[in-house]
Amino acid sequence: MAVIEVTAKTFEDEVLKSDKPVLVDFNAGWCGPCQALKPIIAEYAESHPGVKVVSVDIDEEDELSENYEVFSIPCLVVFRDGEEVNRQVGLISADSVADLVEA
Amino acid sequence: MYDIIIIGGGPAGMTAAIYGRRAAKKVLVLEALSCGGQIINTPDIENYPVEEHISGIDFSNRLHKQAENLGAEFVFEKAVDINDLGDSKEVITAKNTYTAKAVIIATGSANRKLGLENEDSLVGRGVSYCATCDGNFYRNKTVAVVGGGNTALEDALYLSDIAAKVYLIHRRDSFRGEEANAAKLSEKPNIEFVLNSNVTALNAEKRLKSVEVTNKDGSVRTLEVNGLFIAVGRIPENMNFARLVELDEAGYIPAGENCHTGVPGIYAAGDNRAKEVRQLVTAVSDGAVAATEVVKYING
Repeated sequence: MAVIEVTAKTFEDEVLKSDKPVLVDFNAGWCGPCQALKPIIAEYAESHPGVKVVSVDIDEEDELSENYEVFSIPCLVVFRDGEEVNRQVGLISADSVADLVEA
Repeated sequence: MYDIIIIGGGPAGMTAAIYGRRAAKKVLVLEALSCGGQIINTPDIENYPVEEHISGIDFSNRLHKQAENLGAEFVFEKAVDINDLGDSKEVITAKNTYTAKAVIIATGSANRKLGLENEDSLVGRGVSYCATCDGNFYRNKTVAVVGGGNTALEDALYLSDIAAKVYLIHRRDSFRGEEANAAKLSEKPNIEFVLNSNVTALNAEKRLKSVEVTNKDGSVRTLEVNGLFIAVGRIPENMNFARLVELDEAGYIPAGENCHTGVPGIYAAGDNRAKEVRQLVTAVSDGAVAATEVVKYING
């Protein structure tokens, strides 16, 4: 599946109410490591249809990043049944992305 | 079997791939994370010839495309060991073993940590190694930078335009960084120097609240900060190959300008090689030299 852009308006429906586990990628256009992580995340999304993968632009959505205490990007946060279950800051490998979601 | 395996897809490794392919060699680049290495953290490169301004990620993406268009293969696996079988070398990753006639180690370097107990758990919760990535989260807040080299000085300058107050903590009484940067720092009214001092503890509840700083004279000070930016240098990523290749005291491969490691068929290129100047332009230069030497070695 493709990566879905989410906003404060759509976050509850797309992430908190999702039946599937959700991987949220907090990122920004000016952040190099975020841009390097993007293709890794996109490939993960394509190869893992059982996981919903969404992206949050922290410049547009400062309320979301504040609510979820994102102070360093890229920041990947995993949600299951509306609850945060795991998080990882910084550029990580494709294998580590899979481990993060499955852990 | 490949002709050349390049370990590390940063500027040195990808340039070596270009030179290897232009010599019609079969080239594999093994990269642990994503192409570009350290340069992707740089928002604006202004000292690379011809390009007056380019972001690190654009530079990396273009170089990657150039190498791929020439036929270099890229595999995203971390190389953990090399077996020297004489005329061929095996490169071991967590998943596979790849074989080539020659290997270029272009693994670069990683952030050096302070080594404090809760440092890892506070990354993303107040502790950062990338001021340009995370500086914007600290608008009108109080931050500290620790380090005395150019990266620390540039981080402090960058953050002084965003944060209300910046402490610059350094274990010596003067800075190693460029004079021009040091001079700019003293003009900034919101930067306070904390010299002859080490960070000795990170105090946190959920996130970083303050840092404990111990002066050489034994006095201890607690600085209330929202963020701590650590810029205490880099460590070369050579340890996986220490069994095979000689390293100097700091962990760099003491290969000369010709990039020879002393082991026939194994070369070192980029920031993990012992040298004076570590810049983008010297990394790509190493890549060209190492690949040229490898081609000579293979062609006999």
